[in-house]
Amino acid sequence: MTPAAEAMTPPAWVDRTPRAVQLWRAALNKIVLGACILAAGLVVLPLVLIVGYLVANGLAGLNLAFFTHMPKPVGEPGGGMANAIVGTLLVVGVAAAMALPLGISAGVYLAEYGRGRFATLVRYTTDVLSGVPSIVVGVVAYGLVVVPMGRFSGFAGSVALTILMLPPIIRATEEMVRLVPQSYRQAALALGAPRWKTTQQIVLPAARAGIVTASMLAVARAAGETAPLLFTALGNRFWSLRMDQPIATLPVFIYDYAKAPYTDWNRQAWTGALVLVLLVTLISLALRLTVRRVRDR
Amino acid sequence: MRRPLPPRRRGPTVDSVYRVVLASAAAVVFVIVALIVVEVAHGSMPSIRALGFGFLIQTQWDPVADHYGALPYLYGTLVSSILALILAVPLGLGSAVFLAELAKGKVAATVSFVMELLAAIPSIVYGIWGFFVLAPFLRTVLEPWLIANFGYLPLFRGTPFGIGMLNAGIVLAIMIVPTIVSISREVLLAIPRSLREGSLALGATRAEAIGITLDAAKPGILGSIVLALGRALGETMAVTMVIGNTNRISASLLDPSATMASVIANEFTEATGALYLSALIQIALVLFAVTIVVNALARGLVWLTTGGRRDIAAAA
Repeated sequence: MTPAAEAMTPPAWVDRTPRAVQLWRAALNKIVLGACILAAGLVVLPLVLIVGYLVANGLAGLNLAFFTHMPKPVGEPGGGMANAIVGTLLVVGVAAAMALPLGISAGVYLAEYGRGRFATLVRYTTDVLSGVPSIVVGVVAYGLVVVPMGRFSGFAGSVALTILMLPPIIRATEEMVRLVPQSYRQAALALGAPRWKTTQQIVLPAARAGIVTASMLAVARAAGETAPLLFTALGNRFWSLRMDQPIATLPVFIYDYAKAPYTDWNRQAWTGALVLVLLVTLISLALRLTVRRVRDR
Repeated sequence: MRRPLPPRRRGPTVDSVYRVVLASAAAVVFVIVALIVVEVAHGSMPSIRALGFGFLIQTQWDPVADHYGALPYLYGTLVSSILALILAVPLGLGSAVFLAELAKGKVAATVSFVMELLAAIPSIVYGIWGFFVLAPFLRTVLEPWLIANFGYLPLFRGTPFGIGMLNAGIVLAIMIVPTIVSISREVLLAIPRSLREGSLALGATRAEAIGITLDAAKPGILGSIVLALGRALGETMAVTMVIGNTNRISASLLDPSATMASVIANEFTEATGALYLSALIQIALVLFAVTIVVNALARGLVWLTTGGRRDIAAAA
């Protein structure tokens, strides 16, 4: 055999798989990879469709009156959802005021002291709590607040939202506090600071930006919840800021207006939905930016 | 010379008080779960006493005669959720593989961002979209086509309403896909690289290497699917808007139906009788029990594959 021919024939250990099998494997590889790319495309598509329709249908009714005017009776065009927007801010604000201190404390506990069986149980229970359907939370708030008070109230809605906000706040806080390097704690303790001071004055400030962002994300999510408000805050067509009375909220308003057989109301439901999405995403976006600026300084 | 240690302080120190305060905040989650259980169980007592186990297997739901059977709602919840899984699992898994194994840099970041956005949209917005956009499309395009081509199957028989089981299944699928994608992706990334590299070095194609990785990630992926199922079972507003809220069991996916969550959302404020209200609360009890079991199972599966890493559990 000439040296050239020797170089041409493959050595004995090279793959002897029949050509057809090799082709089939190569083709299957292409098909599988293609299918994965296609799947990712198909998953992105609905978001594009939903956001597209939301903007297209909602933008038409988006004007100043929508934010400053009260809802008009059926048949009268125009009007806005001023009471529902303010109502949502109130109900969510009260809920956040209850959920944030509790949730952040619990999260700090889990991150700083959470080693024993108790902490594991808290973690597990938090996971369980985050799986409870929001409509069930609504039923619970109805039994806990509405029945004893004898009427639907904004406060009952806040209680329901508090329960929904807690698990994500707890989990996010634990994550963020854990990210603080161990050396910070060691340095503080070595300088003679007691543990509580270490946590309170060294660890928490270092984790603040993350905790704020993640918690506000949880608050913003809860602001979009409808089901737990249906039979707690109920809704109100009039201006009311009293938390012990039924109060209008944006999600419930959208639901009622979307179900109604009037095209004008349906249009306003779209606008309301757009405003709700803007509210939810803008809150978290704005917070993310301000927090970043504060941290960079 | 060694000086004696200062005497130990008696009584609570600031440190121990601080710790107890934090721990009691953490203990609040037990109180809340206990309150949920007690409240829902207490509220459904009248119904449990009056209707017994028949509640779960009877089909009439008649507030006028004060007779309640929840089977149609159990059926509706189960079928809509399974339909959602059938649609969402292949797409979600494909996307997760795409994100974990194929996509790089900008593309991966964009798709992940879109997933996050999808998860942040309130469910009422999905409902509006399903009601005003998807329903007309189904009524005029997809459902007539299904009837014409697959009408011989009992699944696709009947009138194209647009509103019904199929619509609910599609909307639910869109809503649960981010859960499947984000957790499966994390699970896939947690599988050691050496497994992938080893199979590639032995001459496997990329698809075959992905197959090996998927095999190792099976429990975690299953966990993400079960978690998504739990979400679908309890989803309320979007389903309430697109399922038609009709109390009947029908083999056809084109027919309107109702789920446990949707009947509560729809009838709770209108429930006048004590037994009526209690029956609705009992549905909440069943829903609560089912989602707890499903979620416990899912968490266990995800923990199995990822060794209990909190960041992955948090992605849920």
